[in-house]
Order: sequence, then structure tokens, then C-alpha cells
Amino acid sequence: MELIEIRNLCTSFDGMPVLRGVNLTVGKGTTVVILGTSGAGKSVLLKSIIGLMTPDSGSIRFDGKELVGMESRELYTVRRRMGYLFQGAALYDSMTVRGNLEFALRRREVPEDDEMGARVEEQLRLVGLADAIDKTPSQLSGGMRKRVGLARALITQPEVMLYDEPTTGLDPVTGREISELIQSLQQQHAMTSIAVTHDVACARIIADRVAVLNKGVICFEGALGGMEHADDDFVRQFFATA
Amino acid sequence: MPDHVRDKGMMRDIPSNLKAVCMRFVVQAGSTASFARRCILGMFRLPRDTEEVIRQMDELGAKSLPVVGTTGFVTGLILAIQSRPVLARFGAESYVPAMVSISVVRELGPILTALMVAGRVGSGMSAELGSMRVTEQIEAIEVSGTDSFRFLVVTRVLACTLLLPLLTGIVNVLAILGAYLPAVTEMHMSWQLYFHRAVYSLWLRDVIPAILKTAVFGFIIGVIGCHQGYTATGGTSGVGRASTSAVVTASLLLLFTDMVLAKLIVVLWN
Repeated sequence: MELIEIRNLCTSFDGMPVLRGVNLTVGKGTTVVILGTSGAGKSVLLKSIIGLMTPDSGSIRFDGKELVGMESRELYTVRRRMGYLFQGAALYDSMTVRGNLEFALRRREVPEDDEMGARVEEQLRLVGLADAIDKTPSQLSGGMRKRVGLARALITQPEVMLYDEPTTGLDPVTGREISELIQSLQQQHAMTSIAVTHDVACARIIADRVAVLNKGVICFEGALGGMEHADDDFVRQFFATA
Repeated sequence: MPDHVRDKGMMRDIPSNLKAVCMRFVVQAGSTASFARRCILGMFRLPRDTEEVIRQMDELGAKSLPVVGTTGFVTGLILAIQSRPVLARFGAESYVPAMVSISVVRELGPILTALMVAGRVGSGMSAELGSMRVTEQIEAIEVSGTDSFRFLVVTRVLACTLLLPLLTGIVNVLAILGAYLPAVTEMHMSWQLYFHRAVYSLWLRDVIPAILKTAVFGFIIGVIGCHQGYTATGGTSGVGRASTSAVVTASLLLLFTDMVLAKLIVVLWN
């Protein structure tokens, strides 16, 4: 069953087309990785799915509901079913790690402080940062920030996770650790996921299926191994150079 | 290109440059007005983030109190020092307490507090929201299913609107206290006489419109500061521009609004 269906999605900035008719479907419980070069429009696609950007035309359906043009109040309800890991983690720097994780919980329900504290500690333990609970974002390294960002996105137990360049800016070892962490969390929570990245090593670990975005359209869709023998020159080159 | 040819070209460009400046002004004014409208609607919509409003009031008040308090005290003191010899020329030295309290309560207290808060809090809010915008923290609030405008903007604007009358009240009291120093040292006035003359010379029509006016000033500071920060673009330099622009725009708008409100108050209340 398809949980997310994107049809003919077009977006432009100041008359410059970025997405020129993207079509993509994501089945429930699967992980799709969208690969592409920098500036290919991967993040724009991801932000369009969660309603942070409004496309010029096209359709994005989530669980049968059309998201494009949806009323903002309804969109907030849909967003509560999703989690999003930002490229730079986007931690709230006026709050501690605990405050970052508690924020979304406080906004949607008001659990008892004990229960909330236990959920925060459990989530941080899952990402291996139980000791960092009272630190501020400025005291964390890039990899730690990504882990906290991941914990913050997962604490609300979303049905869908969207990852924007989860390994960008990290050294290869930390990048691999983050990819493996994402993969293990995916398996534990059985979530539907979409990740955008240019890191084929990351895709190799987390993807059930990949889609390659080039010049505003999806030019390849299938298993990662299939990229090597794809008809499209760009797809073969991208795979070969990675 | 020869200088005279370039100068001619520049002269020809003046109307088009002027047009572009005017267009930018109109667009900016429209955007700010629409932002202010959203703020007003947000203030009256339930549920309100009361806890966040109180936190902001605490934060903004604590940041501003030392600077506005000092300004108020020193202004009162200077006003008394400067006005005493002038009033003495007309044999009206005993009117110093009344002159200080009326001028501070009606005009100096509200506008000085507003200008100081615009510089201290307006730029701070703009920088904070601007850096949240460029580091995607505002988007992070949005994806958590929270309306970032209501959580970040409406709460700050409401906090400013409620806080400014309180701060102005404190500034007024400190200014009257400041003026007491020259009154006691130079005029040898007892404190009972000083406060009797300062307080009983004030009428309700001096106090109430001035306090209401400061709520409008608080709203302006909040809206301009938040608008510049919330819509900031262009990375860290954009945040710097937004912060500077917030102080300049808010200060000019405060002075202009004060001018309009001063006339309106005189017409309606006096």
C-alpha cells in the first residue's frame, strides 16, 4: 500500500525551475533514498512533502489526503505524524538537549513530568547520548547534534521519517555510525522513511529502494545495485564515482 | 566611459532609482501591515501560549529594566537641574516638581522607555528570530506540528505590549525620584512637599492616555522586531541587517506614532 504519492510535482524559484514533474511513490514501511548532486532539488522535494514549501503545481498525497493547498491547521495535524531530521540538525539553541526533546511532547500532549523525563532518557539512550541530556547544542559535536536531532524527531513516534542529508558534514566513520543508527531505528520502529542524500555509502546501509533526481526529474528508480546498469548516463556515472 | 557621459546616465537613472526605492518602501510597509494584522488576530485567538508570554515578559523585562531604569532616573535628575534656573527667572521655582512629573508622565517617560526598549529588546528579538530562521530552527518548530508564528511572534508581541506600560510606570517613578535629588540639595525642599507637588499636580488625563499610548509603542516594537527577524534572509549578514533595520524602523515609527498620538490625546482628552 502506498503511503506517499507524488505526482508531477513542479517547483521554481524566481522563474528558475528546480523540480520539473517529479513522480514518486513510497510504500508503507519502506525506506526510499533520493540520490542526487548538490542543488538538484532534493531538499526542496523533502520540504514540499512536509509542507514547508509550496509547489507551483502537482500533487502530494499522504495516506490518501492531498497535502498541496491543505489548510494550515490540518497540515499541522498531518505534520504530527511525521518526523524530520534537518541537514544541520536545527536544534533549538536556547534550550538544553532535554528541552529540545521535550518541546514537541509538550506541544501535542501534556504528559506527566516523570513520564516525559523517562521518554527523553530512553530516546537519548537509543541514540547513545544519555550523558548529554543537560548539555546545550553549542556543547555538542556535529555527529552528536545529528543524533540529538534524530532523537528529537523520533520521540513523538512518527509514522514517517524524512531525513535531509543525514551524513553531510560528518567524517566517514561518524557518517557510517549515523547511517547504521538510522537503519537500526527504522527496523525497531518499522517506519516509512524518505532520505535525501548524495552519499551512496549511506544509501547502501539504509535504502530499500533508491530514486535518482537529476535536472528536476526522477531519472532512475529501483534497487541501489541497479544503478550500475541503468540506461541513464548520469545514473551510471553517479554510482561509479561514489 | 567619460565622466560627463556617466553623470548623464546617472541623472537619467534618478527617476527609476526613486521609483525602485518607493516600490521597496511600499512592499515593506504592506508586508509589515499584514504581519501586524496576523499578530492582532493571533492575540485574540485561543489557546494562548500564556506560559511562553510570561517567560518572554520575564526575559524582556529583566533585560530592559537596568537600562530603562537608569535612563529614567538620570532624565528626571537632569530635567530638575536644567529647569530650576529657568523657572527661577519667572519666580516659579516651586513648580519644578510639577513640571518634572507632568513632562515625564505625559511624554518623556513613555517615549524614552519605548526608544530604549526598541534598541535593547527590538534588536535582540530580531537577531534571535533571524538566527533561528537561517539555522532552520523555525522550520523545526513548524515540522513539530506547532504554529511557529503563534509560538514565537504572537507571544513576543503580546509580551512587549503588556510590558511597556509596566516599564514606563517604573521609569516615571524613578524619574520623579531622580528629580528629588536637586530639589532637596539645591532648593532645600522637604520630601513631603516635593512629592505632594509632584503627585498632586498630575491629573488622570495626564496618566491614563500616556499609559495606553505605551501599549501601542510596545506593540510597534514587538511587530517590527519580530517582522525583521522572522522574515530574515541571506545568512548571518542578513541577520545583522535585520537587527539594524529593526532598531531604525521601530525608532522612526515610534517618533511618528508619538507625534500623531500626542495630537490625538490633546484633542480628545483636553
